[in-house]
Amino acid sequence: MAGVGVGALTRAYLLRNDYRFYPTYPHGWVTHLSLGLVAAFLGAVAVPALAAREFTAVTFLALAAQQFREVRSAERESLAALEANERVPRGADYVEGIARVFEARNYLAMLTALVTSAVTHWVGLAPGLLAGGAALLLTGGLRRGRQVGDIAVVRPAGLRFERTLLHVGDVMIMAVGLREARDYLLQHGRGVVLEPRDPSARATLATLGQRQAIAHDAAAAVGLRKDFGTPEYTPLVRVDLDTGKAGLVIVPINPDPEAVVEAVRQVPLLESARRRLLGGGR
Amino acid sequence: MKTAPLETILAVVTLHRETVGGGAPIFYAKDEEEREKIALYLSRILDAMAHDLENGTYIIVKH
Repeated sequence: MAGVGVGALTRAYLLRNDYRFYPTYPHGWVTHLSLGLVAAFLGAVAVPALAAREFTAVTFLALAAQQFREVRSAERESLAALEANERVPRGADYVEGIARVFEARNYLAMLTALVTSAVTHWVGLAPGLLAGGAALLLTGGLRRGRQVGDIAVVRPAGLRFERTLLHVGDVMIMAVGLREARDYLLQHGRGVVLEPRDPSARATLATLGQRQAIAHDAAAAVGLRKDFGTPEYTPLVRVDLDTGKAGLVIVPINPDPEAVVEAVRQVPLLESARRRLLGGGR
Repeated sequence: MKTAPLETILAVVTLHRETVGGGAPIFYAKDEEEREKIALYLSRILDAMAHDLENGTYIIVKH
């Protein structure tokens, strides 16, 4: 059945960017590919079944929806279980966001399968495949969500101390009492300043969930020089109350400041952290 | 690895006996060198931040 093929393809296509979220890929892939296949199958059989006046098929779709909600909570649980051992936790918002995406992608696989098999059923195989391809491209647009780079100008910034207060650019980050830690931060630390493009972006950047996600992803992308006993080297994102600029300080393994900037630009904007101020935020 | 409630002062390291008191353990240092060393050790052992209050006293805080 063409629908199954295209649907499964959709899931595989959507899976491409997943490894970064959740790097257990050989087995994670198998799990999600097979679930995608099931989703595609359900989507694909729905139309011919309905056409044959088998209305029980709808029950199966409902069952599938139930099933995929399970996927979401399973994903959430496994990520939440790992949180305790993350040196930089993802934060609840990020975990929820990832779980939601996994669930939604199964629906997308089901939908493309549905479209493909509907067109195949009533028009023919070639138009069906064409429609499937179009649907696949449409979901491709959904795959890449908005990123921090879209709402903020991200650029490298120097670290400096005002007495014991660490600043990135002009954003105050934290007080560091130990001389050794201050020297280490000045030598190995890297700073990034995020300047929000508009007031709504400023409100989004200020949410704890988004800030934690930035810290986590930056650490995942450039590595982290930090162990137990060195809380000073925890990556932190702090916001300047007057300007709304956010500053990130991190002690990376990869010392290239551009790498840190690039990592921050590519942090996904979390659905739950997105803010839109009244009046367009002006 | 939760070892203590957050945002609490776990210890105080000071040069000036007369300026500190209260509930947290207090360590008296004879000079800045020793204060720095004690604070460093405590920070590493407790996995907590050392903050300089800039009056001769460091506090060790779990964040």
